[in-house]
Amino acid sequence: MANTKTERAPQGTKIKESFGSRLFDVVDVLIICLLLACVLIPLIHIVAASFSNPALFVAHKGILLWPEGFSVASYQAVFKNTFLWTGYANTLFVVIVGTLLNVLLSMVAAYCLSRKRVAAGPTIMKLLVFTMYFSGGMIPLYLVVKGVGLYGSRWALILPSLVDTYNLIIMRTAFAGVPDSLEESAKLDGANAWTILWKIMAPLVKPTVAVITLYYAVSHWNSWFNAMLFLRDKTQYPLQLILRQILIQNDTADMTAGADYLIGETIQYATVVVATLPILCIYPFVQKYFVKGVMIGAIKG
Amino acid sequence: MSAKSKAAAAEAKKPLTLNSEHVPLSYRIKKDLQRNGLIYAMLIPVLVYYAVFKFGPMFGLYISFIDYKPARGIFGSKFVGLKWFKSFFSDYYFGRLLINTIRIAVVDLMTFPLPVILALLINELKSKKFSKTAQTLLYVPHFISTVVICGIVLTLTGSTGAITEILHNLFGIKEQALLNNPDNFLLIYILTELWQTLGWNSIIYLSALSGIDQELYDAAKVDGANRWQQCLHVTLPGIAPTIIIMLILKMGKIFNVGYERVMLLYNPAIYSTADVINTYVYRKGLIDAQFSYSTAVGMFNCIVSFALVMITNKISQKVNGSGLW
Repeated sequence: MANTKTERAPQGTKIKESFGSRLFDVVDVLIICLLLACVLIPLIHIVAASFSNPALFVAHKGILLWPEGFSVASYQAVFKNTFLWTGYANTLFVVIVGTLLNVLLSMVAAYCLSRKRVAAGPTIMKLLVFTMYFSGGMIPLYLVVKGVGLYGSRWALILPSLVDTYNLIIMRTAFAGVPDSLEESAKLDGANAWTILWKIMAPLVKPTVAVITLYYAVSHWNSWFNAMLFLRDKTQYPLQLILRQILIQNDTADMTAGADYLIGETIQYATVVVATLPILCIYPFVQKYFVKGVMIGAIKG
Repeated sequence: MSAKSKAAAAEAKKPLTLNSEHVPLSYRIKKDLQRNGLIYAMLIPVLVYYAVFKFGPMFGLYISFIDYKPARGIFGSKFVGLKWFKSFFSDYYFGRLLINTIRIAVVDLMTFPLPVILALLINELKSKKFSKTAQTLLYVPHFISTVVICGIVLTLTGSTGAITEILHNLFGIKEQALLNNPDNFLLIYILTELWQTLGWNSIIYLSALSGIDQELYDAAKVDGANRWQQCLHVTLPGIAPTIIIMLILKMGKIFNVGYERVMLLYNPAIYSTADVINTYVYRKGLIDAQFSYSTAVGMFNCIVSFALVMITNKISQKVNGSGLW
C-alpha cells in the first residue's frame, strides 16, 4: 500500500494551526468524498439496476441506489447465454496458459539479460527497448499473424504478446539486485545457468514474479482488440469481445429471445456484474501486489 | 590452424582478460559463447518472439511503399514509392483525423497534473484510516475492463440512460443519446478515461511522496514555512523526477490516444470529432482491406509518436539533466 507518510504534529501544536490550514483540511476531505461518490455511485447504480424489475426500471428516471422492485429475471437471461460461458472459458484459457508462458519467458530472458558477463546483453536489451517506442503497427502485425498461420486460432491471443518489454525490465531489475556472490558459490558447486535461475534466483525474486504475473493476467483478462483482429469464430471469442457485442453493439438477441422486450437494458447491467464480479472479489487480495509493482516500476524509471 | 586461432591459442595461455582491447573479436565471441552458451540458448525463444512479432511487423512497414496485393505477395507487388503517403496527406479526412488526434492528445495531456494533485490531496489527509479506504476505493475502476467501462458509459448516456435523464431534468437537454452529438464526444471520452485511471495513476506519486525525507519537512517548519510553502518547496521538488519520467512515458503514448477506448465509444454519427488516426487505420486496413494505404497511415502515426518521445527526452535532458536514456 502506498502509504501517506506525513507525520502528524503532536497534539499541543494543533492550536497554532491557522484558520486557512483547518479550512484546507475540511475542503480536502470534501474533495476526496466527492471523488469517492463519483466512483461508487455508478457502481451502485449498476448493481441496483441489474436486480431491478425490468419494467419498473424502464419507468424509473435517474440514478438508482436500491433495486426498483426486486427481480433476478435479468440474471436468468444472462446465464442462458452460452456465449458468455464460452467467452469465460476462452478467457480462462488465455489467462492461464498465456500468463504462464509470459512469466516463464520473461523470467528466463530477464535473468539472461541481467548477467553482466553476457557480452551481447546490453545490445540485445537496447533492441528490445526500442520496440517499446517504435512498432510496425496494426496492419503489419495482422499480416505477420496471418503469415505464420495463427489467424483464427486462440493462440493468436497468446503468442503475439508473449513478452511485454516493460514487465521484462521490471523483472530484469529484480534479478540485477541479487548479489553476485550467491550465483558464484552455486557455480562452484557445478550448477549451470538454468539450475541457478530456478533453484537460486527465482525464490529470491518471488515478489516481483507475483507482480508481473498479475500484470500479465490482467492484461489478458482485459484484452479484446487482438481477438477482434485475429479471430473469426464466435465460439473462440474471449469474454471481453462477447461483452463488447452485448454492451457496445447492443446485441442482446441471444438472451432476450422469448423474454419480455423490456429486459434488454437490465440484461446489460446484469452482464456487467457477472463479468466484473470475479475480478472485484480477487481485487482486495491482490491489490498490494499491484501497488508494489507500480513502485518497482518507479524505481526502474 | 588459421592465424587468428593461433593468436587465440596464444592468448588463452595468458590470464583471461575478456574486455582487453588486444584480444581479437572472434576470440572474444568464441569465449563468450563458450562461457555463456547456455544463456544464449535460453534466450533463443524470446529472441525468436521479438524477431517475429516485433521486428517482423517493422519490416512489414515495407508494404506501405508497394501496392500490396495479398495474392501476389510482398515481392510480387509493384513498388510505388511514397504514393500512399501522398494520398494520405491529400485524403479528404486527413485534416479531420489530425485535428481530432491532436485535440484528444492535448486535452489528455492537460489532465496530466490531476493524478499529481490527487496524490497531494490524499497525502494531506489527516486520518490515516480514511486515506487508506479512499485509496482502495479509488483504485477500483482500474480493475474493471475498458470494454465494460465503455459499455457502462454508453448505457448511462443513452437516450434512456440515467445521466441523460439527470441532465434533462437539470438543464432541459433533449433526451437522446449524448454520444450521438459530436460536441459531446471529447468531454465524455476524457471523463471516462479519468474515471478509469485517475485513482490508479496517483499511486506512483503517492509512493514517490512516501520517499521524501521527513527531516526536510521539519526543517521547513523550523523556518516557518506554512503547509502551502512546504508543498511548494519540499513536496513538489521531491516528486519532480517521478513527474518528469511519467510525462515522457505519457508523451510516448499520447499520439496513439486511447484508440481502443475511442473505438468502443464512437459511432459513425460522431466521426467528425471522434475518428482518430488509429481508428481510421483499423477501418481502412481491416474493414476495407487497403493494407498498403493503412500501413502508411499507421506509420505516419508511429513516426510522430516516436519523435515526440525523442523531443521530450531531449528537452528533459536539457532542462533537468536527466531523461529516460
